[in-house]
Amino acid sequence: MHEVLSKAKKTAVAPKNVLTVEGLKAYYINEHFGVRREVRAVDDISLTVQRNEVYGIAGESSSGKSSLIKTLAGAIRPPMRVIEGSVKFDFGGQSIDVYGEPEQLKPARWRHLSYIMQGSMNVLNPVRRVKHSFHDFAYRHMGLGGAAFWSKVRQHLERLGLDPDVLEAFPHQLSGGMRQRITIALATVCEPEFIIADEPTTALDVLVQQDVLGLIKDVQARMQASIIFVTHDMSVHAAITDRLAIMYAGRLAEEGATQALFDNPQHPYTAHLIGSLPRIGDVRVRKSLPGKPPALSDPPSGCRFHPRCPLAIERCSREVPLMQPSATGGRVACFRAGEVVAA
Amino acid sequence: MTDLLRLDHVTKLFPVGGFFSRRSMKAVDDVNFALSADKPEIFAIVGESGSGKSTLAKMMLGNEVPSSGQLSFDGTDVAAIRGRAAREAFMAKVQPVFQNPFEAFNPLTRLDEYLFATAHRFLGASNRGAREAAADAALQRVGLSLAEVRGRYSHELSGGQLQRIAVARALIPNPKLIVADEPVSMVDASLRMSIVNLFRDLRDELKVSIIYITHDLATAYYISDRVIIMQKGKVIESGDARTVLEHPTQPYSIALKGAVLPPDPAAASAIIRGRQVVA
Ligand SMILES: Nc1ncnc2c1ncn2[C@@H]1O[C@H](COP(=O)(O)OP(=O)(O)OP(=O)(O)O)[C@@H](O)[C@H]1O
Ligand SMILES: Nc1ncnc2c1ncn2[C@@H]1O[C@H](COP(=O)(O)OP(=O)(O)OP(=O)(O)O)[C@@H](O)[C@H]1O
Ligand code: SF4
Ligand SMILES: [Mg+2]
Ligand SMILES: [Mg+2]
Repeated sequence: MHEVLSKAKKTAVAPKNVLTVEGLKAYYINEHFGVRREVRAVDDISLTVQRNEVYGIAGESSSGKSSLIKTLAGAIRPPMRVIEGSVKFDFGGQSIDVYGEPEQLKPARWRHLSYIMQGSMNVLNPVRRVKHSFHDFAYRHMGLGGAAFWSKVRQHLERLGLDPDVLEAFPHQLSGGMRQRITIALATVCEPEFIIADEPTTALDVLVQQDVLGLIKDVQARMQASIIFVTHDMSVHAAITDRLAIMYAGRLAEEGATQALFDNPQHPYTAHLIGSLPRIGDVRVRKSLPGKPPALSDPPSGCRFHPRCPLAIERCSREVPLMQPSATGGRVACFRAGEVVAA
Repeated sequence: MTDLLRLDHVTKLFPVGGFFSRRSMKAVDDVNFALSADKPEIFAIVGESGSGKSTLAKMMLGNEVPSSGQLSFDGTDVAAIRGRAAREAFMAKVQPVFQNPFEAFNPLTRLDEYLFATAHRFLGASNRGAREAAADAALQRVGLSLAEVRGRYSHELSGGQLQRIAVARALIPNPKLIVADEPVSMVDASLRMSIVNLFRDLRDELKVSIIYITHDLATAYYISDRVIIMQKGKVIESGDARTVLEHPTQPYSIALKGAVLPPDPAAASAIIRGRQVVA
């Protein structure tokens, strides 16, 4: 409830959930010689994203971030399967129940929703010039005549720090960061209402990264669009998200207003993430979290963080902590929430 | 005394018919530096996107040939290495970790096959047991195991897992030089530290030198001995990593350092708001 209120203050636009996810479970299910192996990458996740909101998802490698947003974007394929729960979008009147009637999302995808996959600089067709990708992905959705369309595309590329002549290039002639910006341009040029972006700025230097984040913010603000932004980079979350969810081993550990989460982490894992950031001028040896990320095919009992948690008590290995309202106005799943001291 | 790696006036031109008009462009412009054979080090290359870092890496690996200037490894001009045996011997000593693991691994090839093939090719591991042992040992160093990777394809693993497999693969031949292009871009801070700490151990214990190409100035500062900063193909600043990154002198380096986003929402979002065109 508090989230809704704070949002209302900030934007003065009636708060509205554009995305509602309830009890979502999506597993990779493989059968090898009769042995069934389940990777529970998305395990009972509920969340909402409002109009005009940038919602971040952070968490360590293989915690299920990409799996979660793939499921939200309706972009899953075998062996991944939705086991339970629902994903519903509501684009001003047009509502889409992604796993109720999947065929509905297709036409809506590029008009309302764009999804930038992780490592997606390789979606560019290697044997065709970049301009063809723009023509194929964006032309139809923008309703602009040829000249207006290309002038808009060129302008957009310039804003991302690219020479518009990259349109004439083949992907292999471009650097990693140039290709990454082109995929961002492709996904944002038609100004969708909902953007789902998975690690879209990993290949960029910090100056270009700022321009790119500024552009994403611009497109978002102009359209009052919603964004789900996945990255392991906490500074990027600090820079552009309004709310932040921390994922651990396929579940949400904590969620809340970004500022509150940084100032007052309630979950020991959040505290670790924020306390372990390296900084220039500081050469202390950084310890990584003890132990290994858990195997999602056989996650630890009870709280999945318990084998690595400095605060774990006996109860933690027996009982699963559920998401509860936290002291700082968000939600947290921990029996000892709030007892953390930053590492 | 020969250098492990030496670059003298290395320049790379790309012909660009149609693209950027019909000129050629200098992707790498007169780069000079050397790594000593006696003192292994971590040598960081940072700089602008498109400034020629990956092109430089490809030349070190013998995958691209300099347009002018010379690049030598262990006293031999890399461009002049001819013949299969000499080329294999060179490749065993200089191993790559490529940018974007989603591109580096063919989606139709099982990941363990990459590791076994590397063990076979460079270690001569002829039986299955030896190949598996070499693959598992390398995976353990990066916090994975053969059991987790066996039989799986690249789309079945997360970005960070793939990036670690790419590092593990490079370790198998016991190289003298690892050329790592953005090896930690997709991993979280904690794993990032464990990979860069691994680089440090490789340098100290196994005497491996490492070319560390990264956009992450914090880890470059944390583990590198020396650093060069590149812009538009040129090295604009170089020297001891701590000195250069604490007190950069060139405008671009100063801007780059100043642009590192602080891990603080109020400060970081103010910077991004400043970059927006419309409010
Ligand atoms: N097709 C698949 N079959 C089986 N397991 C899979 C498949 N795809 C992903 N996984 C597993 O699901 C888990 C979660 O992966 P996911 O890609 O969602 O992680 P992530 O949080 O995005 O990590 P990263 O930050 O490294 O990208 C990992 O253990 C991964 O190996
Ligand atoms: N095969 C090629 N043909 C033409 N131009 C190329 C080719 N490969 C690279 N270039 C150009 O050379 C320049 C340097 O590219 P490079 O990939 O070395 O940059 P980088 O420093 O690695 O950038 P990033 O940080 O974005 O990965 C870029 O302008 C790129 O377009
Ligand atoms: S529930 Fe227990 S193990 Fe889990 S985070 Fe809280 S204290 Fe740690
Ligand atoms: Mg991912
Ligand atoms: Mg590169």
